[in-house]
Amino acid sequence: MILDLIAYGAFFLTTALTYAIMCLGLNVQWGQTGLFNVGVAGFVAVGAYVSALSTTPPLAGRFGGFGLPIVAGCLIAMVASGACAGLVGTITLRLRADYLAITTFGIAIAIELVALNAQSLTGGPFGIGFIPRPFGTLAPSPIVFDSANLALVAGVACLVFLAMERLARSPWGRVLRSIREDDAAAASLGKNPNRYRLQAFALGGSLMGLAGALQAHLIGFIAPDNYLPALTFQVWTMLIVGGAGSNAGAVAGAIVVWGLWSLSGLLTSLLLPGDQQARAASLQIVAIGVMLVVILLVRPRGLLGGSFRRRPPPNDGGSELDAGKLV
Amino acid sequence: MSLQFLADGILMGALIGLGAIGLTLTYSILRFANFTHGEFITWGAYLTLMLAAVIGGAAAPSLDPLGPFSFGWGIIAAGAIAMLLTGGLALALDLVVFRRLRVRGNAVIMVIASFGASLALRSLIEFIFTSRPTYFSREIQIAIPLAPGVRATPDQLSTLGLALVLVVAMHLILTRSHIGRAMRAVSENPALAQCNGIDVAAVIRATWLIGGALACAAGVMLGLTVQIRPYMGFDLLLPLFAAAILGGIGSFPGAIVGGLIVGVAEAAGVGLVGANYRAAIAFLILIVVLLVRPAGIFGARD
Repeated sequence: MILDLIAYGAFFLTTALTYAIMCLGLNVQWGQTGLFNVGVAGFVAVGAYVSALSTTPPLAGRFGGFGLPIVAGCLIAMVASGACAGLVGTITLRLRADYLAITTFGIAIAIELVALNAQSLTGGPFGIGFIPRPFGTLAPSPIVFDSANLALVAGVACLVFLAMERLARSPWGRVLRSIREDDAAAASLGKNPNRYRLQAFALGGSLMGLAGALQAHLIGFIAPDNYLPALTFQVWTMLIVGGAGSNAGAVAGAIVVWGLWSLSGLLTSLLLPGDQQARAASLQIVAIGVMLVVILLVRPRGLLGGSFRRRPPPNDGGSELDAGKLV
Repeated sequence: MSLQFLADGILMGALIGLGAIGLTLTYSILRFANFTHGEFITWGAYLTLMLAAVIGGAAAPSLDPLGPFSFGWGIIAAGAIAMLLTGGLALALDLVVFRRLRVRGNAVIMVIASFGASLALRSLIEFIFTSRPTYFSREIQIAIPLAPGVRATPDQLSTLGLALVLVVAMHLILTRSHIGRAMRAVSENPALAQCNGIDVAAVIRATWLIGGALACAAGVMLGLTVQIRPYMGFDLLLPLFAAAILGGIGSFPGAIVGGLIVGVAEAAGVGLVGANYRAAIAFLILIVVLLVRPAGIFGARD
């Protein structure tokens, strides 16, 4: 019983930490630079699929299956997701702030369509199985397996966290925050805001890809259902709860929100009969949605956020100035 | 290639246009991209469904089909009331969420809140009605030939007529009525409009009411011609944004023209690449517009 609990705890933390990596990616984009990304699920999906295709053994009738090592798969996933984000950024960052939101919303839908329909590339609705797991040989003993996974993911999350902390305090991080606060002032100091925005957006996207790849390798199986808009929404809630702008807040928010999510899932599965479970799952999403809005209204800085933010990000001023006319 | 896709595209385009009018109005007057707009479409359709059941319970003949159509006056009355209620829902959401965020003057936070509210509203519908698709009526419609190779059902023609009536009404409101002129003034310059004695709060209320009502109409049209399901509005959101941006944010004729272009392009694209990639077509249009002419067809060049 105790061993089961420990194994479950390790499994829970492992999952929460993969979300923490997505949150750290979103924090670079939104928290540090003020870039609004509604397509988190899409970038996570690209990472998961690219790593899966790179590392699985070849399969007749499907592209990919290069049998590369897991580390290589994760790195390729980061490059692919980063490139994806870079492409979106190149098209939209020079435009009004909320066009980025709409475009990322669109690309997440497009990626979901490809995942669902391009059978020969993504396996369609059935997804991809037999993705190599880093400690697959330990699987018969859940507690050892889960602890090894936790150690691995905690190590990666720790590395990402330290790197992001370091970047946030570096001259590069200061430029990002200066762009967030006042891009005209940053430009007058010779910093090209759009170039820095693009870099931050691509970096954030590549972290989301890394998290997607890690999740794929931990579970060993991926399907389009894992990357619905609800995922984007969960990651946003985590960052807002933890506090946008703070890396520690991003990690804390991921653990807290994932804990609440798992707990409410556990409660509904205990309290409700089987045929009502699907309906209860939608009620769970309602609760998280309300939570996000309430936090935005009541405590917009989140649990640990707000150490940097003195003013709202600059993008809102932009849409004020160049909003269209009604003709 | 048969011209049937043109008829289907125009029908869908009219519907997208109606939704995009509300989106473009909220965008230019409230100055944020409202992701909740798709949920107004869904809620409008489900509210109509519920009201029609109530009306049908009180007066069963109200659900008997009228002439060649699949629906009776019960659905028409339900739809009219639901338009008011959906407008009210939009107003209530503004009162509880958006107004309080607007005071802080941060548009991007409003976009996040609208994203959260949209998921909550959609999941609430899914909780109450489950994700199973439903219909206003199970009557079978026979398509009438309009031209060689082009057919449409009486329901489709009636929704097209309704769209036309609503567009003309909107045009009259925006150009002839006091509140319409006030709305245009606020969209152009809120501070200056306020200085001239325009009641900005009233304009914002009118914007939500009109946007919600038009979204509801689009939802009822979609419910009549396709089906009613919890994701119907969410799936329409990308075409709506594509249409509003293609037409030019804030442009009323732009929203309709943009809607028609997106609708016809989707119908043509479905013939070429298959229905599975339908949503990607709106995304492609969006990307092309952002690359070539981000201000849209009717928008002023930046």
